[in-house]
Amino acid sequence: MTTDSLFRLSNLAEGATVTIDFEGQAMEVPEGISVAAALLACGARDFRSSVVGDQPRAPYCMMGVCFECLVEIDGVPARQSCLIPVRGGMCIKRQSGAPALDIEDEGEGHE
Amino acid sequence: MSDVSADLVIIGCGPAGMSAACEARALGLSVVVLDEQNEAGGQIYRRISTAPAPLKELLGADYAAGQRLATAFGDSGARHVGGAAVWNVSPAGVVDYVAQGRAQKVSGQFVLLASGAMERPFPIKGWTLPGVMGAGAGQIMLKGAGTLPRDPVVLAGCGPLLYLLAWQYLRAGVKIRALVDTTSWAAHLRALRHGAAAIRGWRDLRKGLELLSLIRREGVQVYRGASGLAIEGAERAEGLLFRHRKEMVRVPASLILLHQGVVPNAQLSWSVGAKHEWNAEQLCWQPLTDAAGRLGDLPIYVAGDSRAIVGAKASAIQGRLAALAIAGQLGQGADTEQRARQLQGEMAQATHIRPFLDVLYRPLDEHRIPPADDVLVCRCEEVTAGQIRHYVALGCQGPNQAKAFGRCGMGPCQGRLCGLTVTELIAQARAVEPSQVGYYRIRPPIKPVLLGDFTE
Amino acid sequence: MSNERLTVVGGGLVGSAIAYGAARRGISVRVLDQGDTAFRASRGNFGLIWVSSKGGGMMRYARWTRDAARLWPELHEELLALTGVDTGLQQTGGFWLGFSEKEVQARAELLEKIDKGAGGIPYRMMEPAELRQYLPGLGPAVVGGSFGAHDGQVNPLMLLRALHAGLKKRGAEIISGVDVVDVRHQADSGQFSILSRDGQRWSSDRLVLAAGLGIPALAEKVGLYAPVITTRGQVLITERLKPFLHYPTNKARQTREGSVQIGSTSEDVGFDDRTTTDKIEWLAHRAVATFPALKAARLVRAWGALRPLTLDGYPIYQRSESCPGAFVAICHSGVTLAAAHAFVIGPWMAGLTQPPPDFEVFRSDRFLDPNASFSHDH
Repeated sequence: MTTDSLFRLSNLAEGATVTIDFEGQAMEVPEGISVAAALLACGARDFRSSVVGDQPRAPYCMMGVCFECLVEIDGVPARQSCLIPVRGGMCIKRQSGAPALDIEDEGEGHE
Repeated sequence: MSDVSADLVIIGCGPAGMSAACEARALGLSVVVLDEQNEAGGQIYRRISTAPAPLKELLGADYAAGQRLATAFGDSGARHVGGAAVWNVSPAGVVDYVAQGRAQKVSGQFVLLASGAMERPFPIKGWTLPGVMGAGAGQIMLKGAGTLPRDPVVLAGCGPLLYLLAWQYLRAGVKIRALVDTTSWAAHLRALRHGAAAIRGWRDLRKGLELLSLIRREGVQVYRGASGLAIEGAERAEGLLFRHRKEMVRVPASLILLHQGVVPNAQLSWSVGAKHEWNAEQLCWQPLTDAAGRLGDLPIYVAGDSRAIVGAKASAIQGRLAALAIAGQLGQGADTEQRARQLQGEMAQATHIRPFLDVLYRPLDEHRIPPADDVLVCRCEEVTAGQIRHYVALGCQGPNQAKAFGRCGMGPCQGRLCGLTVTELIAQARAVEPSQVGYYRIRPPIKPVLLGDFTE
Repeated sequence: MSNERLTVVGGGLVGSAIAYGAARRGISVRVLDQGDTAFRASRGNFGLIWVSSKGGGMMRYARWTRDAARLWPELHEELLALTGVDTGLQQTGGFWLGFSEKEVQARAELLEKIDKGAGGIPYRMMEPAELRQYLPGLGPAVVGGSFGAHDGQVNPLMLLRALHAGLKKRGAEIISGVDVVDVRHQADSGQFSILSRDGQRWSSDRLVLAAGLGIPALAEKVGLYAPVITTRGQVLITERLKPFLHYPTNKARQTREGSVQIGSTSEDVGFDDRTTTDKIEWLAHRAVATFPALKAARLVRAWGALRPLTLDGYPIYQRSESCPGAFVAICHSGVTLAAAHAFVIGPWMAGLTQPPPDFEVFRSDRFLDPNASFSHDH
């Protein structure tokens, strides 16, 4: 998976690392970099599929304006991965089309 | 939710925002600065305070120069709220934002919008494919994460940022497979007419010469005067196709970084209902302000690239000028006249070269207004240029009707990546000026907000 | 076949549907529509085809609404075949949801009264457990609700586009970017002359005023009394989500594209169509209370739209006595009534048919009674 990554970590990224999980695969990445940068450097090509045409998409602007880098982070869908720094233990998932709400989890009986 | 108030609330912590904060604090104003990034610096000085020394050295002197401002800002006593997504600015100066998963408010006697620039959209065939990014995005990968392209990369388009990135990449040992330059010879000639500014411009672009020699040394293939760009590939980018000296050229690459200048990120000034005008030189909308940056009679000012593209130095000066004007309104900071005059002088210096750059790096029409019907214009809702033209044929006069007919601009990016294209497409189809077509009506929330953030 | 020309002032849902109804019967139709940034109720519409609870104070309106809903499939099919534009019609029935026993009780009484009075607008009250069979994920704040089999939903923007495309196909002329400032009736020729702000002039045999908020001043010029007030409706719209809400409700509906519309407020604020933070927050709270899972959905747009409304909330459909050939149509349910506007009102106002029976109740004379007081709050 990492053989054809678009970006590579260089000696310009120094400091501590953290481990994140992307689609069940553990990745060791520099602390504090954005989730999008981490995924791109670890070989993620498409982050999601588009909501209308189901086409592969990946980050375009890296600064929070294009919303192409949306992924599910720790169970919350549609997060802008270019704006969120990695934290150890983060669980990240690709998004297929529009996000799904967790209907089952809600409602019945509790106030 | 605890409500906070300040004399001045600044949105954006780049050169304009930081400078305004420093100036306002020096005049005794209380200041809150909201910014989407966690660290101060904006896009240009991203991670300026924590970037490792070798990275700073690689990025160059202009980047490193941001450290002084960032330090001054850190010492200014302004309250800096990072990781804040501003979703509403009311005409009365109340700013709503989400930080740490909670909807919050801060109200200012005055508000300064300093949300900077974004890369101009580059709507060509295949620009939505994974592996196609902005050159600015490539630079953010470098500044923010110290990451570099793994394989030979293609840089395409025009504008100072594209060449700066090429220079930074070559110094970092990145292989550039091709530099596909869309600057036309005609643009060079037109730019020369700017006389003194042109000469100074060329001198200022000495880095460009340095780049040229570096490019030659590294054996980078350069295509000048390229046009008709298109990305090839089905599931991901596989190459760049373009016209060069009347021939079609195909350069294979998995990573293609596009750039054709930057435009104001004017979402906030639109959302408060301010008047905007079409800037025919910079080919974008800009808010109508007074000399100090004030929007009509609202208690809201704009400074820096979100007002019109002026670059980092001039943005910083504009931030200071706005802060001076605001302090004056609040009756604080006597004897600011001399200071203002001095800043205005610096401003003239810093913006002298701008018209020259605007002419030289004017993006090609075909890269702003897709001639082919199947090019996606709205990336979120996947609306094509042909569909927009069809809506015009049905009677749509402007972007809001087109949006109602075809959902362009209704996705999460809220029109940021298609707005300019839709304005220009409709203008071209109707054979009128963009100023007669107008823009999307931008309303809050100007950033998507989790419904749960309101109920926490 | 008539050679008469009909001009409709107003290219929103009401004007377009009436114009389409005339054009499909062979009338030569011209629509004068405003520009890109007009106050346009059609664009801020919630998209419900809603029969339940309509007409509690005017049974003719209850029947008119029910009959209009029944005509909808025909309009949908016809527009789809003619233009290829899908209005997104779904007549699955719809739910009203209540947060208190008191409002549920009041609801039951109202629906019973209308069902009896109008002669057959059936409904069904439901307990939360039963509601959840249809609306999984319903929150504990909902204590009861009602189901109306006639109710449904549609994409109002696609409806508008389909009507405009249909008008073009039927040979009608749509002139956009026009702000009509004056209409005159020439008694000798019987012609109407219509003037726009930018100095354009048209003449016409017949005239329909369907310009929503712009109507009163124009109506007066052709001898019609047509008082209009406005309410502002704010609506929240989420990002697209996978389908989870299969029926429209009075608090939220999921569009076929996947976005959830949350609405809506009704505010008397004059000509101010801005959104406000307090209402956005109120709507967000209400939505999450109704469907708690919505807390993980992102709000991407908010709308404030001005809706034209008469003093009692019921429509005005009327012909001018003094200027034959002039008509006015005002209503605030341009979606629900669209098919009736196309198939019934259009031919009537084009001079091809008589008005429907008992239609005098929709004349504006009702507002002239000095002893009457009105409420549009229903």
